[in-house]
Amino acid sequence: MNAIKKYLGIVWMALGPVAIYYMIKTAAAEIAAKPVIDTKIQWAVFIIVFVPIAIGLVIFGWYAFKNEYQQLPESSKEV
Amino acid sequence: MNQPTEKKNIWQVIAASSVGTLIEWYDFYIFGSLATVIAKQFFPSTNPTAALLSTLATFAAGFIVRPFGALVFGRLGDLIGRKYTFLLTLIIMGGSTFAIGLVPGYATIGFAAPLIVLLLRLLQGLALGGEYGGAATYVAEHAPSHRRGYYTSWIQTTATLGLFLSLGVILVTRHMLAPDMETSIQRFNDWGWRIPFWVSILLVGVSIYIRLRMKESPLFSKIKSEGKISVNPLKESFGHKSNLKMVLLALFGATMGQGVVWYTGQFYAQSFLETVCRIDFDQSRTILIWGILFATPFFIVFGGWSDKIGRKWIMLVGMLLAICTYQFIFRQFMNITDHASRTELVEQRKLLDDKTEGNIQTITSEVHYSDGAVFKEMVTKNKETGSTSTIYKDKKLDTGSYWTLVGWIFVLILYVTMVYGPIAAFLVELFPTRIRYTSMSLPYHIGNGVFGGLTPFIATLLTTIYVDNKLSGLWYTIIVGLVCFIIGAIYINNRIDPDVND
Repeated sequence: MNAIKKYLGIVWMALGPVAIYYMIKTAAAEIAAKPVIDTKIQWAVFIIVFVPIAIGLVIFGWYAFKNEYQQLPESSKEV
Repeated sequence: MNQPTEKKNIWQVIAASSVGTLIEWYDFYIFGSLATVIAKQFFPSTNPTAALLSTLATFAAGFIVRPFGALVFGRLGDLIGRKYTFLLTLIIMGGSTFAIGLVPGYATIGFAAPLIVLLLRLLQGLALGGEYGGAATYVAEHAPSHRRGYYTSWIQTTATLGLFLSLGVILVTRHMLAPDMETSIQRFNDWGWRIPFWVSILLVGVSIYIRLRMKESPLFSKIKSEGKISVNPLKESFGHKSNLKMVLLALFGATMGQGVVWYTGQFYAQSFLETVCRIDFDQSRTILIWGILFATPFFIVFGGWSDKIGRKWIMLVGMLLAICTYQFIFRQFMNITDHASRTELVEQRKLLDDKTEGNIQTITSEVHYSDGAVFKEMVTKNKETGSTSTIYKDKKLDTGSYWTLVGWIFVLILYVTMVYGPIAAFLVELFPTRIRYTSMSLPYHIGNGVFGGLTPFIATLLTTIYVDNKLSGLWYTIIVGLVCFIIGAIYINNRIDPDVND
């Protein structure tokens, strides 16, 4: 299980950039199809909000790959 | 302290926390429920900038600002205490809600109207961002360890009950403003929509009175007397790897999936019934109200059960059931409300309207079916090209179909109770007392405010991109839920922390 946790970290690290790429690609297509202010604002908000979260997923994946989740803390002293 | 006294105390604590949290959810939801009416009053479509502000207010402000509220008030709660912080959130929420009901419309004060409403909506989102972490932390820090899931699950009922209350108050107000329905609805759309906002201040007043009489959390009082309060809860929560990794795990392994299941099972389901299945306004809401009523006790059932078998698998099984059955259930919504499967009583067909504008003739009829359903049929004919299109709307369902839909909504909300019932105790147990309010609030409000709150918008957007598939909106929930399920299953353990006094 520890090996699964570790190597899945690579998947999470890759998923972040893939999600950002997909979002920007869809946003560009939608804005090109409907270039009104509402569409631009909506997609700008999605990108501004979800990009930091995707970066958080990359960080999560990095921690997983570095074995940070092999043993979860059981008291505040460990945190 | 003896057991009966402890029991009485914990119920007082739960009542004080829950009532206020329920009111805050009610305040937050009435804005969303009345978004169409509010848009007409404050954001006229003729003014593009006002329409833009409408998009911002209803779309971004309320949901996306919640994590910022979590940071601001979470920090306050870890510095000055739980009691005063979530008294402050209640005052801000109540005040801004009442104020929305007072703001004159665009027709009266022009551009100031949408700007004021947007600001007030931002305040609502900030206040809500600070409320939940405080309420859940406050109850959990009073509860005995072997019943933490059970006692905190009472807080978990408040979001759904707040939705229930908002739907109920809106429906009652919409019907009571005149003897005949049409006049009553017209008055509601003109000025009666303000009443649910004004009602809030009475409820908030009662909640403030109750909360003023509460004592501070004993755990917080203890660390304060020992001089162990965090100097910088934000830095401790997110600047140190040892805690940041748990915040990320809480988000990606639990609250992200819980948030999308919560909003899909309630908000998106109601929106789907109204806009895709085109059910009558009142019926689409009463179906949800019945579903909520029957399913709400299960928050307590699953919260209490999590004390016996652990939190993790109840939440994850709920998530898995949801993502595996959503496509089937929402397809049932479409099948049950489809006109094609019904037998029309032709002799009862009634012509309601027949108008022609240019080349376009629109004929609206009332169509009665043998099972008791009544639909409005709108046929649009282009006299030049000869093309015809027909839509069915304002569908009033027969009794059998109505209660079948209630049954399916009950199932959807049952999934909500599984993912949401145990999660307060789960989040509290992940973090130490000195940074608990900050640490648990952020993943909760990103999971619910961002992932969950944007579900109806993103799902609707997907249906405009993949236009041939009315169920394409569900892919967002299914993909997010699946990633969360895998992360939660692999990385979270099922251990219940016996001691949160640290």
